[in-house]
Amino acid sequence: MDLSLSTVDEEFRAEARAWLAAHVPRTPLPSLETAEGFAAHRAWEAELAADRWSVVSWPERYGGRDAGLLRWLVFEEEYWAAGAPGRVGQNGISLLAPTLFAYGTEEQRARVLPPMATGEVVWAQAWSEPEAGSDLAALTSRAVRTDGGWLLAGQKTWSSRAAFADRAFGLFRSDPAAPEPHQGLTYLMFDLRAPGVTVRPIGRLDGRPAFAEVFLDGVFVPDEDVIGEPGQGWRIAMSTAGDERGITLRSPGRFLAAAARLRELWRAQGSPAHARARVADALVRARAYQLFAYAAVSRLLEGARLGPESSMNKVFWSELDLALHETALDLLGPEGELADGAWAEGYVFALAGPVYAGTNEIQRDIVAERLLGLPKGRR
Amino acid sequence: MRFHPDAGQRAFAGSLHALLTAAGTPAVARDWARGDHARGRALWSRIAGAGVFGLAVAEEYGGAGPHPVDLAVAFVELGRHAVPGPLAETVGAAVLLAGSASARRFLPELAAGTELATVAAPGGWAVDGDAASVRLRPAAEGLYLSTAPPGPARRSLDPARRLTRLAPAGELLRAAAPYDRALLWTRLATAAQALGVGLALLDRTVDHVRRRTQFGVPVGSFQAVKHRLADAKTALEFARPLVFGAAVSLRPAEVAAAKLAAGEAAYTTARTALHLHGAIGYTAEYDLSLWLTKARALRSAWGTPEECRDLVLAQGL
Repeated sequence: MDLSLSTVDEEFRAEARAWLAAHVPRTPLPSLETAEGFAAHRAWEAELAADRWSVVSWPERYGGRDAGLLRWLVFEEEYWAAGAPGRVGQNGISLLAPTLFAYGTEEQRARVLPPMATGEVVWAQAWSEPEAGSDLAALTSRAVRTDGGWLLAGQKTWSSRAAFADRAFGLFRSDPAAPEPHQGLTYLMFDLRAPGVTVRPIGRLDGRPAFAEVFLDGVFVPDEDVIGEPGQGWRIAMSTAGDERGITLRSPGRFLAAAARLRELWRAQGSPAHARARVADALVRARAYQLFAYAAVSRLLEGARLGPESSMNKVFWSELDLALHETALDLLGPEGELADGAWAEGYVFALAGPVYAGTNEIQRDIVAERLLGLPKGRR
Repeated sequence: MRFHPDAGQRAFAGSLHALLTAAGTPAVARDWARGDHARGRALWSRIAGAGVFGLAVAEEYGGAGPHPVDLAVAFVELGRHAVPGPLAETVGAAVLLAGSASARRFLPELAAGTELATVAAPGGWAVDGDAASVRLRPAAEGLYLSTAPPGPARRSLDPARRLTRLAPAGELLRAAAPYDRALLWTRLATAAQALGVGLALLDRTVDHVRRRTQFGVPVGSFQAVKHRLADAKTALEFARPLVFGAAVSLRPAEVAAAKLAAGEAAYTTARTALHLHGAIGYTAEYDLSLWLTKARALRSAWGTPEECRDLVLAQGL
C-alpha cells in the first residue's frame, strides 16, 4: 500500500494551491442562501471556471481538466484548506453531472455541462415530495406524454437551491399503471422559470431560503430533457443517490479543514479539558474519512464499482459534520449562540445532514441488509 | 498512490485465515488461559513459519522485514482468530533488539517462533511473562533482559492474558533502548489485532441474529438490532484505513489515531455483540467470550484512548 502522490499529482496540488492562494476572496462571501450571496457565489463559480478549476475531474471539452478522481480529492483538500467558499453549483456538479455522464446523451452533455461548470446555469434538485421523504417510490408528481415532450404536474418540496437556481432535475411518474411503485418513473430536467412553475421559498431553521416548494402545473418539457429511457428513472436515480451519499458530495477536504480549524479554536480557548476528547476524535474521524476515500478511489481505479458502502459513508460524514460544529459552538461558550458567527452557518447546514440524501436510518438499513446480509423486516 | 491491499497481501491474509481456522484456535486459547502452553506454542511456530514475526525482523537475522503493512495485515487475522500469547510484544521486542549487539542472539529465534518475547512498558505489566522466555524491560538506563523469574501472574480481564511484573535489573542488553520506535510497532500491531477482534465479533453476531428467532422472526430483522450492527460495521470500516495508513507512515500520531479508532470500534462492537447475544454472550463457555474479553484488554494495552488522543492533539494528523 502506498499513500504517496506521483510527481504530476504533486505538481497539480502545488498549482491548485498557488491559484487558490491568489484568488480565494479575503473576506467570506455572504451566505449563498441569500439573493446577494447567491450572486456572489455564482461569480466565484465563474472565476473558478475561467481557469478550469470548477470541475477538475471532468473532460476538458466540458470545462474540466480530465484530472481524475484522485486529483479531484487533492484539489478538494487544497480548496477547503484555503478557506474557499461553499459551492453553489454543487447540486448540479455532484448529482446531475454524474448521471449525465452515465446515462445522458452526447447532445445533453454538450448542452448542459459547460454552463453548469461556469455557474451560468445553477441547478436545484427536485427529488422530494410532501408524502415521499426517503421513500422515492411513493412519488406522485406526474409526467404526461404530449407532442414532442411531456407535461409535468404536481408538487416537489425541500428542493435545495430552488429559491435562486435556474433549472432543476427530478423524478416523475410517467406510467401510473406500472405494476410496482418504483417502476414507471422518468428522470427529467426542467426550467424553474418555465410557464406553469411556481417556486415558494421555505426558510430553514435560520430563516434563510435554503430550499423551496416547487408547484408544477402543465409544465412542458421537451423530449431532449429526458435522461435515459422513460420509465427507467428509478434505476438512474439510484445511481445518482449513491453519488450523493458517497464521496462526491462531501469530499474529505472539507472535514479535514474544519477539524484543523476546530483544533485551532480549542487552543485559542486555552485547550479546555472538557472538549479535549471531542476535538481529538474529530481530527481522527476526519483523517479516517480521508483515508477511506483514498481506499475507495484506489478500488475504483482498479475497476471496482462502489455499492452500498456509500451508505456507511453518508452516516459517517453527516455525524462527523454535526459533531465538529457542535463541539465548536460549545467551545465558543455564550458566543456560540451568535447566528452570524463563522461556525453558525456550518452548524445549521450540518443539522440537515442526517436527514437529507436518505435519512441515516435508511442508510443503516442498507448497511445491515446489503453489507451484512441481515433479513429485511418491518421498519 | 494505491491505498488498497495488493493480491499478495490478500493471499497472505487468506492463508493465515485458513491456517488459524484449521488450527481450532478457540480451543488453543482456552488451553493458554489455563496455563497450558503446549498447543499455543505449536500454533505460534506455525504462525512464525508463515512469516509473521519475520516481518518485524531484518533479513540478516532470519526475517524478511521490516514490512509494517504486511504485519498489520497479519495482525488483523491474529485478532480475528483470538490467537493467544504475547504477539504484539514479540514484535516490540524485535524492534528493541534490532541493531544491538544482542540482535544475533535473539532475533533469529523470535523470527522462527522458537522463542516468545514479552516487554514490560516502564512501570507496567508484562503480558504472558510466564510463557515468554525473552522478557525485556526497557528503562531509562537501557534495555534489560529480566533473568529472574517474573512475579506471580495476575489474571487479566481477558483470561488468555496473564499479567506479571518483571524482576528488576537482570542483564543489560544495550545502553539506550529505542523504546519510542518499539512502542510504535507494538501499538500498530495491537491496533491491527483489535480491528481483527472487532471484525470477528461483528461476524459472529451477524450469524447469531440471522439464526436466532424471537416473536416468530429472526432477531436480525428488527431495525434496532440492525442499526447497532450497522454502526459497528461503520466504526470498524473507518478504523481500517487508519490502521493501514499508520502502517504506511509509521508516524506516532497516525499510529495513535489507529490505536484509538480500532480499539474503540472493537470495544463498542464487543458491547453490541454481548447485548445481541443475550445471556449466552455473558457466559465463559461460549466462544464469543474469547473476543469480548480481548477487546476490553486491548483497549488499554500499549496506549490508552487518552494517551492516543494526547498524541493526536499535540502532533496533528
